[in-house]
Amino acid sequence: MSYQIVVCAGIVPDPLQTLEPVSTPQGPALKNEAMLPAVLDPWAAHALYEANHLAKNMPGSKVYLVSLAPKAKLQQVLMTIAQKVSFELIALDGPSTGFTDSHDVAAALAAAIEAIPGLDKSRLLLFGGWESAARAAGATLSMTGERLGIREQFQGVDSLTVGSDGSFEIRERVEGGKHLVSQCSGAPAVLGWATGNLPEPPNSPQVGMQNMRTVMPALQKAKPAGVAVTQQYASVALPKQQRSTRIVRDVAAAEVARELAQWIRGAH
Amino acid sequence: METILVLLHTEAGAPVGKAGLEVLEAARGLGGDVAIGLVGADCAAAAASVAGAGRLLAVEGEAFAQPRYATDASAAEALVKAAGAGIVLAPATSRWARCLPGVAQRAAGRIDTHVTGLNDGTLTRWYYRQRIEASLRRAERPWFLLLEAGIGPAYAAAGAAGAAYERVTAEPGSRTEAKGVIAPQSGEQTIKPEAELLFVAGAGWTKKQKDGAVHMDRAAELILGMLKGSGASLGSSKSLVDLSGEGHAVLPFLSHLNQVGQTGSTPRHAKGLATCCHGEEPHVVGWRFIQDRRAVNLDANCGWARGKADVLYVADAFEVMEELNRLLG
Repeated sequence: MSYQIVVCAGIVPDPLQTLEPVSTPQGPALKNEAMLPAVLDPWAAHALYEANHLAKNMPGSKVYLVSLAPKAKLQQVLMTIAQKVSFELIALDGPSTGFTDSHDVAAALAAAIEAIPGLDKSRLLLFGGWESAARAAGATLSMTGERLGIREQFQGVDSLTVGSDGSFEIRERVEGGKHLVSQCSGAPAVLGWATGNLPEPPNSPQVGMQNMRTVMPALQKAKPAGVAVTQQYASVALPKQQRSTRIVRDVAAAEVARELAQWIRGAH
Repeated sequence: METILVLLHTEAGAPVGKAGLEVLEAARGLGGDVAIGLVGADCAAAAASVAGAGRLLAVEGEAFAQPRYATDASAAEALVKAAGAGIVLAPATSRWARCLPGVAQRAAGRIDTHVTGLNDGTLTRWYYRQRIEASLRRAERPWFLLLEAGIGPAYAAAGAAGAAYERVTAEPGSRTEAKGVIAPQSGEQTIKPEAELLFVAGAGWTKKQKDGAVHMDRAAELILGMLKGSGASLGSSKSLVDLSGEGHAVLPFLSHLNQVGQTGSTPRHAKGLATCCHGEEPHVVGWRFIQDRRAVNLDANCGWARGKADVLYVADAFEVMEELNRLLG
């Protein structure tokens, strides 16, 4: 049993960066977006680690990383990611902003996946983050799966166990901090990963060298993706709420506790 | 006049959940013809509970009792077609969040999720994990919107036992079977979406204390005591949850599901109390919908002090919680 695991992963600004929206002729964007340090989208990165883990345990399996981002930024991010797991890159050159529409991004991703030489949809597992750290819509992966004709889909996945008969046991996050356990007969399937269970893999120079042989040509071949901002934005702004923090210091713990107890009970 | 379809699924314990009734009330305020699409094993009770709010349609049968993509998407697709809907609203339950983007794709429509406001055809939602707020509208139809809980008042159902509804046929086939719901951690439930208070534990609970030693067991006792005394829901910073992956001692009842922030959840509670947490931006973006915020931290210059909390207590959380648990006890 082997799989073709396609991981869709975008890039997002480093979470520690200050973000400020600006208006451009193309629609809303982030100030100095091209200069902001970027990382692979966090939940999509978990999907990539899970894909790598699954591929290692299923001989003959292969991992593809499909990413739509400005080529230069993507190259920077891949310098790190390519040292962690083995994959074949399929790059699309286009905006990585969250203000574009998931419908258009899904169309571009699905077309790129359809064009993978030797794609066998009966063995296809479409992985990605269940939401991005940019648009955070939780829609792109599902729409991409629909375009590829995959009708078994799971979102907020924390674990995937492959049975001896090729069936999957999948745990998805649902309300109340619980997991929905489902049994699926097997590939093809879409899995939008949450955190999963795997730590970030350590850097491996050997893996990095191996990946970079294919990453650079893939970046050079990256086709422009026809993705633009199509929604009619009325406003895009930072939240105005800045609290006036009351700092309480040099007060005994018992007094702090008394005030908190009153507050919790709704009397303060 | 545009038809607005409200999608609702039946739930254990109540025919229609509170979030669903909030969406229904929001739909009634948009000014179109409201239709209600119900999905479940038996929709009679749900239909009775929302009778009078609009045209009632239902996809029902055992195959549609389970929360799974194939059957939920099939049911929603059939209901959208039957209603001839231009706008489709649904509560952002895990069940609708899983399938509606795919249904929007099938219907050649567009979808917006995590909608926090809807006014006169313009929605409000957040980008970059609650760091940038935008309002937008669309010309494309059908337009699907997944509305967050707490978006407005709930529809006050008058109820009408035996309310008639139109049955709609949908494809029941699927290769997936839902086996059930499990709580990931042993012991009592620590995540309570309906709780008034969110209690967040940061990595400081696992650090060396004044006596130079780590007191993990005591930290666990104090945190669980707090949850028991206050009925709070437990959240955590990423750094605390990640400690387990790095081989450090951890609080045994915490998992990634408790994580609040950039790569965790953005829960909705009226109040939030953070302890031993620095309140830096990637964490605090998960507090966007917490109205009343307080924090206990030893560092008077932490992120909470910079306009992110209403009150910052510069104090030892171990000592404060010890006394607080006694008072709440």
